Amino acid sequence: MAMMRYAEALRSALREEMQRDPSVWLMGEDIAVYGGVFKVSKDLMAEFGPERVRDTPISEQTLTAMAVTAAMAGTRPVLEIMYADFLPLSVDALMNQASIYNYIWNGQVTMPFVLRTQGGGGAGAGAQHSKSLDALVAHIPGLKVVAPATAADAKGLLKAAIRDDHPVIFLEHKLLYNTRDEVPDGDHLVEIGKARIARAGSDVSIIASSKMVVDALKAADELAKEGISAEVVDLRTLRPLDRETIKASIARTHHAVVVNEGWRFCGYAAELSATIMESCFDELDAPVERVATHDIPIPYSEPLESTVLPDAAKIAAAARRALA
Amino acid sequence: MRNSPTVDEQLDMLGRMVAVRHLEERLGELHKAGKTRGPIHRCDGQEAVGIGATAMLDDEDLLTSTHRGHAHYVGKGVGLHPIVAEILGRATGACAGRAGHMLIADVKKGLLGGNAIVGGGIPAATGFAVSLQMKNRADGGQRVAMCIFGDGAAQTGICHESMNIAALWTLPVIFVLEHNQYGLTAHHSTQSSVPDLSVRAAGYGMPSEIVDGNDIVAVHRAVGAAVERARRGEGPSLIEAKTYRMVGFSTSDVGGYQRDEDLALWRERDPIVLARAMLADSVPAERLDAVMAAARAEVDAAVEQALNDPLPSFADHAPSAPYTVAGA
Repeated sequence: MAMMRYAEALRSALREEMQRDPSVWLMGEDIAVYGGVFKVSKDLMAEFGPERVRDTPISEQTLTAMAVTAAMAGTRPVLEIMYADFLPLSVDALMNQASIYNYIWNGQVTMPFVLRTQGGGGAGAGAQHSKSLDALVAHIPGLKVVAPATAADAKGLLKAAIRDDHPVIFLEHKLLYNTRDEVPDGDHLVEIGKARIARAGSDVSIIASSKMVVDALKAADELAKEGISAEVVDLRTLRPLDRETIKASIARTHHAVVVNEGWRFCGYAAELSATIMESCFDELDAPVERVATHDIPIPYSEPLESTVLPDAAKIAAAARRALA
Repeated sequence: MRNSPTVDEQLDMLGRMVAVRHLEERLGELHKAGKTRGPIHRCDGQEAVGIGATAMLDDEDLLTSTHRGHAHYVGKGVGLHPIVAEILGRATGACAGRAGHMLIADVKKGLLGGNAIVGGGIPAATGFAVSLQMKNRADGGQRVAMCIFGDGAAQTGICHESMNIAALWTLPVIFVLEHNQYGLTAHHSTQSSVPDLSVRAAGYGMPSEIVDGNDIVAVHRAVGAAVERARRGEGPSLIEAKTYRMVGFSTSDVGGYQRDEDLALWRERDPIVLARAMLADSVPAERLDAVMAAARAEVDAAVEQALNDPLPSFADHAPSAPYTVAGA
């Protein structure tokens, strides 16, 4: 085990996979010479050369479409889209191209590409650089969507994503890059599609992903002081969803709080709520509580932004409501 | 002349053009009879572009097409039966009935594939070219990607982005602009600030050429030179083939916007008539008749076979990973 920052863990995953497989290559804006605005690809161009670590023009729509077909033609591109807020530019390539080909072409092609991006608020980056668009990509059939909360999962899931033969959207969070935790040594892989219990508890299940796991764990600490035992489920993968781990947790706690940093209306938390209603309604002792971002553009000033975004206090309040 | 097709190659291309024309005539009938689903987009009058531009490609070269791709499919070597069976929604179709006429792909033939998001094939071919360039550098191969797209697609933002990247990275891709004058019902003069779209290539530092898209020998020659350039690793080219869509946008088009004098003018310049005339001095009329009759007969046989093929069932072809069908 080694203590590692989330960003370092991602870089380590890229580096190991590029060493292992010469067909893996990277492209994105400012990723090569500069090493990425979050330094995830720092020094990789020096090690692997400019053909495998490519700076690109600001052309997200085309770059995403190119990742789809480059992957189809035998290499494994990893595309960095600098902010999740730019994903709407990628949506045609994801929804009308990547999503359809494996099925519509009757299995003739696979598309082993990874689209890495980062989202989330809390940094005062404003309405075009703070969004969590999990629901936008998780809505699309044929894509896998992962959103790690820890450095260990960031590394293990990115390595698994690069080895996957199908498109993987890899959602990072700008406030997680500098968080540190223990990362297992060696060829550390985390299976896509498996949630984990981040904290065991018996009274209420808090189901979250990405930075919301950090907030959920803080909420669980607060709730513990009140004698409430909260279980935190870290989804790790948003699609395909690990329904079994969610069901097993709710079968223990009989109460559920679903958390997502995206907008509330038609958001990812709504999908979690519907899934719970469909699959374990009989286990519930109270309605599912939902915590998400207010349905407005994310404002700039600190007191405005913090009002709009979910946080530990809001998650704890939702847990109390569920148990009331 | 350099890159001129041989007589045998011209005969082969003539047969393919006739096959495409007859295929679309039959599809028109089948559509009226309710045997096809959705619209059918015919390319009557444009066959020389799709057939002439693809004739020098190998199976390892990758082609992206459009929603009007029958000539591209046939030019790239996809069999008539899998094409017709796909359009009739049969289990024996090129994509087992999942794709329909606008989205046909055949990986063995390097057709990847039809694309009904106008302009979608342009970044797709550019992405193929990145992988092909990496493979070529690794094994000394000379694979290329080709994108056939229309004047409507040329107005998209992704066209600009793709051409910039293709030239910037010296990618082995050939952009073949099948300029048929219309984007759906709108004449190109209402869509483009310049009449000749090839002038835009200069903005990317890319060579370009305008060619008579109804002259299959001229198309073959110009595109062939661009393909050779790409194979040598010298980067992309833009070939603008001027042609004319002699039919409506699709089977749902009620018409009324194409000028009679234009239609009459271009009918005189039917690419099949021109291709046959160019062979008249070197090939006896009986042989030309036989080539054309054989092409039509092959289409008719493919249609008859496909009409008797089974329809697919969802259960037999259930989606597998990465698709998850919750609640199904």
